[in-house]
Order: sequence, then C-alpha cells, then structure tokens
Amino acid sequence: MNLTLKIWRQKNNSDKGGFKEYKVSDISKDMSFLEMLDVLNEQLTEKGEDPVHFDHDCREGICGMCSLYINGNPHGPLQTTTCQLHMRSFNDGETITIEPWRAKAFPVMKDLVVDRSAFDRIIQAGGYVSVNTGGVPDANEIPIPKTIADLAMDAAQCIGCGACVAACKNASAMLFTSAKVSQLALLPQGQVERKRRAEKMVAQMDEEGFGACTNTGACEAQCPKGISITNIARMNREYFSAVVSNTELV
Amino acid sequence: MINPKIPDGPLDKKWEWYIAKARLINPANRRKYKAIVVGTGLAGSAISASLAELGFQCEVFTYHESPRRAHSVAAQGGINAAKGYKNDGDSVWRMFYDTLKGGDFRSREANVFRMAECSMALIDQAVAQGVPFAREYGGYLSNRSFGGVQVSRTFYARGQTGQQLLQGAYQALMRQVALKQVQLNTSHEMMDLILENGKAKGIIARNLETGELSIHHADTVILATGGYGKIYYLSTLAMNCNGSAIWRAHRKGAYFAAPSWTQFHPTSLPQLGNHQSKLTLMSESLRNDGRIWVPQKAHDTRAPHEIPEDERDYYLERKYPSYGNLAPRDISSRAAKEQIDAGKGVGPMKNAVYLDFQTSIQRDGKETIQKRYGNLFDMYEKITGVNAYTSPMLISPSAHFSMGGLWVDYELQSSIPGLFVLGEANFADHGANRLGANSLLQACVDGYFIAPHTIMNYLAGEQPKQQVPNDFGQEELKLTEERIGRLMKIQGNKTAEQFHRELGGILTNKCGLAREKSVMKEGLQAIKDLQQEFYKYLKIPGSTKQLNMELEKAARVEDYLELAQLIFHDALQREESCGAHFRVEHQTPGGEAKRDDLNFQFVSAWEYAEGNFKLHKEDLHFEFIQPQERTYA
Repeated sequence: MNLTLKIWRQKNNSDKGGFKEYKVSDISKDMSFLEMLDVLNEQLTEKGEDPVHFDHDCREGICGMCSLYINGNPHGPLQTTTCQLHMRSFNDGETITIEPWRAKAFPVMKDLVVDRSAFDRIIQAGGYVSVNTGGVPDANEIPIPKTIADLAMDAAQCIGCGACVAACKNASAMLFTSAKVSQLALLPQGQVERKRRAEKMVAQMDEEGFGACTNTGACEAQCPKGISITNIARMNREYFSAVVSNTELV
Repeated sequence: MINPKIPDGPLDKKWEWYIAKARLINPANRRKYKAIVVGTGLAGSAISASLAELGFQCEVFTYHESPRRAHSVAAQGGINAAKGYKNDGDSVWRMFYDTLKGGDFRSREANVFRMAECSMALIDQAVAQGVPFAREYGGYLSNRSFGGVQVSRTFYARGQTGQQLLQGAYQALMRQVALKQVQLNTSHEMMDLILENGKAKGIIARNLETGELSIHHADTVILATGGYGKIYYLSTLAMNCNGSAIWRAHRKGAYFAAPSWTQFHPTSLPQLGNHQSKLTLMSESLRNDGRIWVPQKAHDTRAPHEIPEDERDYYLERKYPSYGNLAPRDISSRAAKEQIDAGKGVGPMKNAVYLDFQTSIQRDGKETIQKRYGNLFDMYEKITGVNAYTSPMLISPSAHFSMGGLWVDYELQSSIPGLFVLGEANFADHGANRLGANSLLQACVDGYFIAPHTIMNYLAGEQPKQQVPNDFGQEELKLTEERIGRLMKIQGNKTAEQFHRELGGILTNKCGLAREKSVMKEGLQAIKDLQQEFYKYLKIPGSTKQLNMELEKAARVEDYLELAQLIFHDALQREESCGAHFRVEHQTPGGEAKRDDLNFQFVSAWEYAEGNFKLHKEDLHFEFIQPQERTYA
C-alpha cells in the first residue's frame, strides 16, 4: 500500500503546531498502524529529521498508552486501541489524518503526545479502597454474586487511554471517572467510602477542566474496551445520593 | 562463595522467625527515612504504597507518563495461590514443590517456600483492594489450572489479571501520593545509581520531557524495573521495557545472576512480517481447553480442517501424557521448536503450530468457550483477521520472561548494601524456568509482604541522613551528561531501532531456545562487532533538552549491547541443560534437558569488571527435598 499521512506536528507545549504531509510506500496490510508509523519514523530519522512522537508501549491493547485521533476517530475506524488497528482497515492510496487527543485537560506535549496526568489526579482524589497492606479478611469471607463481580469487572476494564474524552464534543471525562466509581460502588469492599469517593472524584474531574456530559454516547461508541454509559448513570446516582445525604463528609 | 543469608530453622518457620526477629523503627522515627523506588509495576507500586503506609518517605520514579502503564498490566492469565479452595489436594508444600521442580531445581528452597506461603495473603489483599477476580455463581472465587501443575490454584480476572492487580496496587500508590507520603516522578528515567561508602544512596534521573538531569538522595534504593526479555527484540514485552536500571546498578557492583535464563512463551502469535515490532501473547490459560498439534507429515500444505484426525500429531499429549497441553512453558516451547525445525511448522511463514479448540467446542459448546476466552478470541481476530472458533489459532514461542536478574539474598538485597531489587528485576524464585501465573505473584509478594520487613530491618541499622553533602552525585551527573553527549555526537546513519533488531536476531538465533557452544561463540563475536558499529553509525536526531524518544531508545540499546555479551558468557559457562537453558550438548536420550547437579548446582552471579565478567557461585543446598530428574511424562 502507498499512503499519504497528514500528521499534526508540534515542537512542544507552547508551540502552535500544524499539519505536515508525508508519504509512505510498500506498507503491508498485516502491519499494525503503529508499525506503519515506525516505518515513517525510521525514514525520518535516517534523513536526520525529528521523528513523529507518539505514545505507545505494550502494543497489545492493555496499557492504555497509545492514542491518536485518526480520520476523525479516536483510535481509528474500529472500536479498538490504535496498537491493535491494522493497515487492512485502510485502502491503498488513501490519505490518513492523524491528530493528538484534543482536550483542554490533555495538553499536547509534542506532536501526538498528550499529558493525561489529569486522570491520575482523579484517581488520587478517591479512586481506591483505603486499605493498608495486611490485616484483611480471607478472600472468600465475603461472597460476591457473580453478576455483581462481572459488572464490576466490566467497569474495571477501563485502560485509561482517554479516547472517551477525545470522542466527546465537550471533552468530558465522565466515562473514565464513572468506570472507577462504578467498580468500587458495586463491590462490598468499596461501600464504606462510597459517597465520599463519588463526590471527591467528580469534584476533581471538574477542577481539571473536563467538560460536562450531554449524553450523546460518543464515548461508549469509541471506547476500545466497550465501557458502557450505564456507568455514567450509576455515577450520577452515586453523586446525587452523596450530595443529598451528605452524612460522612467533613 | 556468596552467602544468601537464609535464616536457620525449619522451612515453614524461616520467614515467621525472620519477621519476629527483624529490627524495627519506631513509627515516629520512620518519617526521617527516605526510600527511592524505581519502577511502578506491581512490585514497585506495592512496595511504595506499603512503605508509605508504614510512615516512611518515598520518592518514586517511572519512565511512564503514569504508574498505571507499567508492563505488569499486560499479564493475562492469572496469579497462583495455595488457597486450597478446590479440595484438590493443594497446599503450600505442593506449590513450593511444583515451583521448585518447574524451575528445574535451580532456585532456593527457602525463597520458593516463602513465596508459596505468602501467596494466600496476597489474594486476600487484592480482594480487599477491590480487584474483581472471577467468581462462581455461589459468589466464591473461581480457579483455573496453569502449566506444570495438576491442581487449580490460579485466580484470575478474565484475561486481564495483571491489569486488575496493577490497578489495585496503583490505586494504593495514588492514595499515598494524595496523602503526600509519596512523591511521584512520572516520565523520569533512572540513568545511574549513586553509592556513598559502598552503599546505595541515590540515583541520577532524567526528565524525559525536558531532558533535565537531577540528583536524588535517599537512605535506600529499590529497583523494581521489570524484565529485559525485550533484548530479543521480537518478544511479548512492551516496547519500552528495558534492562538499563539494573544494568547501571550492575556496572556499579551489583551481581547479575543467571542472565541467560529467559523464558520463551509457547503461546504467542507468530511473526508475520519483517516490520513486526512485537509478538502478542495469548494467555497460557488457553491451553486448558485448546489442543496443540501439527501435521504428521512435514511440509503439509493442506488447510487445517482438511487434515484428518489420524494425520495430526498432538505432540504434547503424546510426549507428556500426564500434563498434556499443560506441560510447562520451557518444555512446550522447545517441543514446538522441534516440530517447526522438522518442517512441520504451519502458517504463512511455516513458523507456528496449531492451537485448536474444536474438541472443547464440541464438548462444552461454543458459548462456554466464548465465556472463558471471548476477549482472547476477539483479540486474535483483530490481529490476524482469523476467527478462532472455526479455525485453529496459530501460535509460536516468543521471548517472554527473565528468570535472571540482579542477584539478591533472602532479604531481596543485592550485593550492594542498601540496594533492594524486587519482582522480575531480581533473580530469586523461579530457577531456570518460571511457572505460569507465578510472575504476578512474585512481584506482589516481594512488594507487599517481603520487602517492607527486610527494608525496615536494613534501615534500622542506618542513621537517617539529615544533610546531603553538596558534592553528592555530582560525579555521576557529570558522567551521565558525558555519556549522553557521546551518543548524540556519533551522528551516523542507523537508528537505534535497527541496531536493536539486529541484536535481537543474533540473540534469538544464537542463544535462544537451543544453545550450542560453537554457535554461541559466533554470536558473541557478532554482538561485539555490532557494538563497534553502534558507536560508529548510530543516528540520534533532535536535541537532548526536549522529549527525544530516539535518545531514550539509544541509551537502552547501548546497555542491551553490553548485557547481551554477559548473556552469552553465562550460557557458555553453564555446561548443562536446565529449564529454559537448553544446551544441545547436554540432553537426555529422549531430548529433554539434562542437568548436571554435581557440577552446576549453583546460581551464577556475575560481577562486572570493565568488559570482563567475574563469576561468583552461590551453591544451592537442598535440605528439605531431593532434586530429581524433571519429568512431565
């Protein structure tokens, strides 16, 4: 395959940035999208040009590191991570436009690399069970209905890639935040801090500058892990009940 | 002879008594001590959170943008624990024996027993953190079986067990960050270790976003930086996995143990083309229901469904009837290589074997198989475009796990006082071959349950440093700057990636699944030549004062080129076969690994000596069990 790539280049956070066009040839259909970019980068490096910086690591769809807004879709045309996207999803001669995630809370660091530390701070605000190492009951002491454990696992599958934010016209982080709130609200281990957690995580999400949710469902449609927007509904319930009852907040 | 400091006493009391006698630090005094932790995978996050909970100050470094990206995240199948929930005869002792035997009797009894012993508490800990392990309809935890054992002791969270455990550890870490007990430095790579009077006291870190180098001081340094299997280039590891932190520590005096013991995972996807950057792993759990086979006839070009049953060779079931498709990884990988080398490989590059689910689908129905492995089948289809419900998967062995790593004693302390090494980065529990689902376990147990005690014991003998001398780390800082400058100045015409690819090719062909003296000697020479080329023709674009992924890669490849030489030295020195280390010259008549307990019942711990490596031996004493020929027939 021969392709034209229209790629966002930006030197650093304060640079204005812009698109630049590149040609790549002899691309095999079995190559992954990132391997195709590797080919481009090898060409650029050999010529002494700065290669296109993009985030990636495990290349098996689980670390959540890879991103890229490809032809207007986060992670490209399929509902998967960019590292699991293969060139057979594209046509010979096609022009592919590649941009970074676009969101105020995800500043561009260089080219296609963005800073997603806002997600870490949302987790810091309460996305955990406050348990120290040691002194916990036997794992089988509290039976958990399989349906509940499965629902919690569905939510826990989030890889924190940020595609939900990139897909949303408001750059909302509701899907990400609600996945963690749901996982822990569903499990008995998360009950004690349930209200406090919902309230604190939502507050942090707002503070980071993510937008509001208007229920378009774009996040769910683009989530590579199929996280459902029912989690958002659950988080809303959690949040409102926390605000209304407000018993344990200090 | 080096001393692993194994405590006296009966096997099942050693750890208990160690904890009972370990020195403590008063809670009020703990805040005066500071630990540096490098790496935020399971071991790194667990030790950081645990030390912080105890009241120590922690400064944590990761080259990732977030701790949650660490490669523990990619472990799929599960984590072992001797809970004995299944009434199938499991116990700590059985797990200890399985692990020791799985490692071909090349690990320490006391360490392995401790890992099995602590496995139970770890499952409790993870559940308490909210890790959603798989459950039965009655609400109790579910188990499955993994290679090299005859019980079901593996706990799992679908095919994402590593991800779920890492989230548990990451969340525990982030809680401590919020409490300001942990200072987290993301996008920072350790460039060098700083010693003071022979003790590990700090590191040089490079901020990957700005290129800035900085000096960090602490009372102890903990490396939890994972494995270096990526040295083989095509591997199941993440692109950024590297051996640099432990290699830099090795250059500063930490012994490197069994560097050549790398596990090849039998069920990874085969290489499909020359631009491939990694090989994707398919969980070993698939072998619970999948049957592995090749055509009986070499160079058979028929499609799999056209080959009748009696013309297929289910070679694992044939050779190892009592373990069948769940034979341990080293044995399964080697058996696959044997078939492929005999011309029976399948797939477009004839480099794979079949993993077939037809029997299970007929027996249990498609729906059941879908429930068990749905996400893995989906992943397979995404990558290959093939539906594995109707046509068998193609699988092939691939470099995966480093049993080798920095040598540590029973306290997980390296040969440099004050330098602790945890998880895959150390050599400790897996001997010459790791059993499936023991890697998550070891990382967790090291971080949550072992190191907090041994590190406190160490720190109790140290005076916390109040004032850091002005010249602390200045020398190392200068050397690191010079090193980066040297790499940048070469300005040749070859990328670091190209060097890495060549290096991986040499290692895979000359020191991979099968090893032979004359071939390895060629390999070692080839690496030395490649290293010379590296310093002549390396090309790094851009500058040092910005995000520069080519520079990061080049520095790691530079270290890999040195480590590769040690790998060859180690494999050449060990004139026996054991576990994953298969010397063609040393095999049983049946083609299995042939150990030489008389001459090689020791751990090789190598000391760095400027281009030469000096061997130290740690003899392995078996007090409680008798090493036997390892058979799975």
